[in-house]
Amino acid sequence: MDWLTTVDHKKIGILYLIAGGLFFGVGGLEALLIRIQLIKPMNDFVGADTFNELITMHGTTMIFLGAMPLLFALMNAVIPLQIGARDVAFPFLNALGFWTFFFGGVLLNISWFAGNVPDAGWTSYVPLASPTYSSGHGVDYYVIGLQIAGIGTLLGGVNFMATIINMRAPGMSFMRMPMFTWAIFITSALIVFAFPVLTVGLVALMFDRLFQANFFETGSGGSAVLWEHVFWVFGHPEVYILILPAFGVISEVVSTFARKRLFGYSSMVFATVLIAFLGFMVWAHHMFTTGLGPVANALFSIATMLIAVPTGVKIFNWLFTLWGGSIRFTTASMFAIGFIPTFVMGGVTGVMLAAAPADYQYHDTYFVVAHFHYVIVGGLIFGIFAGLFYWWPKMFGRMLHEGLGKITFWTFFAGFHLTFFVQHFLGLMGMPRRVWTYLPGQDFDTMNLISTIGAFLMGVAVIVFLINIFVTAAKPRHAEADPWEDGRSLEWSIPSPPPEYNFKQLPLVRSYDAWWRVKREGQAEMPVAEPPGPIHMPSPSIMPLVMSIGLFIGGFGFMYDKLYLAIGGIGITLVCMFLRSVFDDHGFHIEVEEQERGVRS
Amino acid sequence: MKTMRRLVPLLAGMVLLLSACGGKSDLSALKPQGPVAQEQFNLMKTSISIMALVVVVVFAICIYVLIRFRRRKGDTTIPKQVEGNHKLEIVWTVIPLLLLLILGVQTINTVFGLSKDYSQDKDAIQVKVTAHQYWWEFEYPQYGITTAQELIVPTGKKISFEIASADVIHSFWIPSIGGKIDANSGVSNRMYLEFPKEGVFKGKCAELCGPSHSLMDFKAKAVDQASFDRWVAAIKQPAKYSDDDAIKTAFENKCLTCHAVGETNTGSSAPNLTGVGSRLTIGGILYNDERPVEENIKEWVTDPQKVKPGATMPSAEDLGLTSEEIDGIAKYLANYKLDY
Repeated sequence: MDWLTTVDHKKIGILYLIAGGLFFGVGGLEALLIRIQLIKPMNDFVGADTFNELITMHGTTMIFLGAMPLLFALMNAVIPLQIGARDVAFPFLNALGFWTFFFGGVLLNISWFAGNVPDAGWTSYVPLASPTYSSGHGVDYYVIGLQIAGIGTLLGGVNFMATIINMRAPGMSFMRMPMFTWAIFITSALIVFAFPVLTVGLVALMFDRLFQANFFETGSGGSAVLWEHVFWVFGHPEVYILILPAFGVISEVVSTFARKRLFGYSSMVFATVLIAFLGFMVWAHHMFTTGLGPVANALFSIATMLIAVPTGVKIFNWLFTLWGGSIRFTTASMFAIGFIPTFVMGGVTGVMLAAAPADYQYHDTYFVVAHFHYVIVGGLIFGIFAGLFYWWPKMFGRMLHEGLGKITFWTFFAGFHLTFFVQHFLGLMGMPRRVWTYLPGQDFDTMNLISTIGAFLMGVAVIVFLINIFVTAAKPRHAEADPWEDGRSLEWSIPSPPPEYNFKQLPLVRSYDAWWRVKREGQAEMPVAEPPGPIHMPSPSIMPLVMSIGLFIGGFGFMYDKLYLAIGGIGITLVCMFLRSVFDDHGFHIEVEEQERGVRS
Repeated sequence: MKTMRRLVPLLAGMVLLLSACGGKSDLSALKPQGPVAQEQFNLMKTSISIMALVVVVVFAICIYVLIRFRRRKGDTTIPKQVEGNHKLEIVWTVIPLLLLLILGVQTINTVFGLSKDYSQDKDAIQVKVTAHQYWWEFEYPQYGITTAQELIVPTGKKISFEIASADVIHSFWIPSIGGKIDANSGVSNRMYLEFPKEGVFKGKCAELCGPSHSLMDFKAKAVDQASFDRWVAAIKQPAKYSDDDAIKTAFENKCLTCHAVGETNTGSSAPNLTGVGSRLTIGGILYNDERPVEENIKEWVTDPQKVKPGATMPSAEDLGLTSEEIDGIAKYLANYKLDY
């Protein structure tokens, strides 16, 4: 049961992959149920209440429990290897981050079994989400579940910032880091600044709901629009948190499979920083119809349009990385290349949405649904698939089956466009979003049918992917250190999967694309920066698991007004924190002889 | 070039598709029926044209690159490693900025143009909109009248709206006439619209407000000035009641606790029923041209939650209405029409 006590980033990455994958599946099922309900007008496959629960859970689960953990899986699996480190800066915190996310996600999904599912949308606007209009426990599951899961994400952000700042191998200056590492570094900064805003909003909503506070009660001096501001000041950076890692993956995959260094590396770094910075300045473009007034709407329109510029810079740099290269089509590179036109389509509808008066028509219609699915699914999910196929051998020592992979790609690509392209038109033709059903005779019927068929195609693609995983798991662990042969960064210089300590001796980095440069000079191994010696490793611990269970129990106590559960649960967590602070854990050492024998993680 | 030969028919097909999928002229933002929607549609056209240019350029480079530089079988050469190109970086930064400048100017002009406040304009018609779960209340303070679900307006005038919600956030949207604005609780928003053509235009709620969010349709009916004046006069007439005393009593005791007829009842918990028989729908979604008004009213009154889940109106059983009373009230209301 060392999976329950591990603090090893490689294992934690796999845990994130499994948990994130499971929740992604749950979110996908919710999506299919939504699309079945909308397959024809005045359908009654599910009731109106259930439908609102489905759309709420679909959005919340996919973003917080599906996409983000899958990104954390890649981050954990790859970053320490890419910077030539043996683990992250705070391994215990890393495990704690995983378990809090996991239990937060479990708590949220227990709502289905408790019969009290949040149903106010993933954005949970008040007054609909206030105790007056959502008097059941549904929204409480949302508030508490996200609060606990959010702790995990915040810890992860802090951890990766510290790791990338402090633990790069000797010689790896910032401008010699791989682009994926840069992307994660900037994403971590976004997490550190954006998640506390969500925390504040959730605390305020929790106090309104559980303790009769009035932050958002307009009758008692509060403001309902205030929730929108707080949510979106978090919410907009959140979508950049989602996409920047995918951008990082694309940079890695495109470069490797074109056999060319990334075109315009410094511009790419600068553009990514600019996107992150501007990302905090545009939140009110989600609120153009709230009545902020023309000055605010004009300013936020312009700021939003400006983000298109650095994003465009990145697109062109990827295209020019491919230009003049020697392009190899594997499942990984196909997802990365498929990303480019698809994400651009999503991006241009984003610029269209940025024009506030046009947004008065688009807002809260299927046009917006089409836009964000284009950038999240066509962008982020394509990026995750690319990253998974690319780094699978490094994580598991086996390569995913390419034939099945290509079937996954084509089915998902076709299904995706079928599902979401028509939705642009549905929105323009007058179909609002979050609608349980629609009347016949509005010209919505055919396009909704097409959209549902596309959704099922995507489901097929995911099933083929699952089959691929099982078929691959049955194969022996034969992958080489550099299975794609054209690896450019440090993770490809060590075995697949790496030994527990990653690097026997920390590598000496003398350039960008360090491994590629060394290969070009005819070497078979990275030059080292230290002599062999005992390697200091962090000890495993059961405490992250126990602490998360404590928060989980405490959460239920708060929701159901059971003081003993609330105090008991939080108490467990506090006791663990006390024990961890008071009892020194010095870790352990892996001696040189064990290293010779090869310590497998 | 081969790619062009493949691209052009594809684009042509897409344009065709776009025009065919324009939607219904009483509902689609792509078929503006008024100057506000038209100005917004113009902005959409500018933005999509500029963006289409970007998409074409990106797609062209992408397709070219994938064909020209794909690895041929057995090719093991390492391509030239290019760090970047300063000139290109400048080109693809400056050109997008210029494109955004074009879009930005039109955007800012439109934002300010459409935000004009006609609430003090003597020639404008003032309408106070209150959104409820799950119906729309329309008050005309200049005339001292209140109605529900159907917004009757004269053509050729500026209609100045003051919009708020009685409960959760809703959003007031008549797509073919103009964009939407949220109905917030505790604070109102101002917007104006114009209806140059006579006709009926569909309205939608555009903010998740509960189970029946998708069923919160309303209608905007634009009529000529004379017809509008007749409507105002008709709705100000004293209330008409059922000829049958038993039905009249039942109506007064069981319906008029929440509803009202023949008088203003701003901010009440239920729609004003004056002239309900001449409305296009009952409950917003039961169409009176598909079934007789009387039947629609019967269906609604018997079980409102069956028609609109989460509706706050008690069912006939909860109100203690007998089936004779339901029949009688339905008949009375179906015949309560306004002549305009």
